[in-house]
Amino acid sequence: MSAPLGMLAELTHRCPLGCPYCSNPLALDKRADELDTATWARVFREAAALGVLQVHLSGGEPAARRDLPEIVQAAREAGLYNNLITSAVGLTPQNLATLSGAGLDHVQISIQDSDAASADHIAGYKGAFARKRELAKEVVNMGLPLTVNMVVHRANIGRVEPMVELALSLGAIRVEIAHVQYYGWALKNRAALMPTREQVEEAVRQVELLRAKHQGRIVIDAVVADYYARFPKPCVGGWGRRSLNVTPAGRVLPCHAAEVIPGLEFWNVREHSLADIWRSSPAFLTFRGTDWMQEPCRSCARRDQDFGGCRCQSFLLTGDARAADPVCYLSPHHTLVAELAADRKDAAYAYRTC
Amino acid sequence: MMDGRAMQVSDDARPRLPRGVRLAHNEAQGGWVLLAPERVFKADAVTVEILKRCTGEATLAAIVDDLAATFAAPRERIHADVVQLLSGLAEKKLLDLG
Repeated sequence: MSAPLGMLAELTHRCPLGCPYCSNPLALDKRADELDTATWARVFREAAALGVLQVHLSGGEPAARRDLPEIVQAAREAGLYNNLITSAVGLTPQNLATLSGAGLDHVQISIQDSDAASADHIAGYKGAFARKRELAKEVVNMGLPLTVNMVVHRANIGRVEPMVELALSLGAIRVEIAHVQYYGWALKNRAALMPTREQVEEAVRQVELLRAKHQGRIVIDAVVADYYARFPKPCVGGWGRRSLNVTPAGRVLPCHAAEVIPGLEFWNVREHSLADIWRSSPAFLTFRGTDWMQEPCRSCARRDQDFGGCRCQSFLLTGDARAADPVCYLSPHHTLVAELAADRKDAAYAYRTC
Repeated sequence: MMDGRAMQVSDDARPRLPRGVRLAHNEAQGGWVLLAPERVFKADAVTVEILKRCTGEATLAAIVDDLAATFAAPRERIHADVVQLLSGLAEKKLLDLG
């Protein structure tokens, strides 16, 4: 068993935005159930002792928590690399300066499109784009490294180039061109978000061209549109292998969508140490390694490379979490993925609510 | 990288790890690592010795001199190794060349 490298700390599920591509669960943790500051501080210390190097402070919108500066400081004191994943809405320049002083290492801001009106429409929040742009500039002015995260789908997939130009103009060192992954609210909105194969291929080509054009100026990372892929993504780098996720209420998951799989038993940091959970909790043991695999994964040459893909996606699309991720061309359910990708409707978004 | 062009590093550059990129030691991960935005790199002993000297004060020439003296190794080879590491990091935006 390896030591985890990264931990996603979902500080709250509250969020001012309503992005229809959100991969948070449809049933969100309530504010009253959120872990307090002292518990997060303990979890960070336990994480560092376990080998975790980086903590990704996420949500929801982490800035919805008033104790965010104390949380950042606790993570830094535990020796963790602090990455704030924020919508930038609800985070003022003053608050940002406090977080910077508390030991923040890196900021990732989501921007929904390079076109302001479209960005606000996708976020379901008027004025979001302008506020994000302003805060991104503040991040750079404070000397903090900035990543811009741009989630790509049918409404904005034709604007990969201006998206990268926007990230460059804001002074980002890194931009993520991330195709929607269909979990939670995104799954609910799949028909309204799904691009065509031709659009995805063009976006991939654009990313390649832009990487060559801006080499040494900005790092462009891409998250693939897996419904059009031949092989599945190596989801979370393998179940219980490199990362873990703590929900606002303290449940520890191998990946942030894992609660969709019925029958898994998750342990909570309120009752167990993180090391105990990593080593012994039933949810982590269920799909760790390769013993759980069926064919075609069990005898596959790629089984230690993509780990059978995503357990949640297997369950969501085939009803069996032990099946090969149907994105894989070797899956007996592979044709289903093409059928689902062809089901595209320009319906109104079901905005995420909290 | 994409087209194989290596970034040049001049002798009077004063390389420095920017904010958000730092070396850390972690027992559970078996030694030194370089922590950066959304990435982690294992840092071998040579990398650690080079990066510890990238303070923003010392020039590339001084860093190479220091390493050559400390490890009694040929200066040209050290120079090539250092430039290769630093240019690779600078291309990934993980190093300021000052």
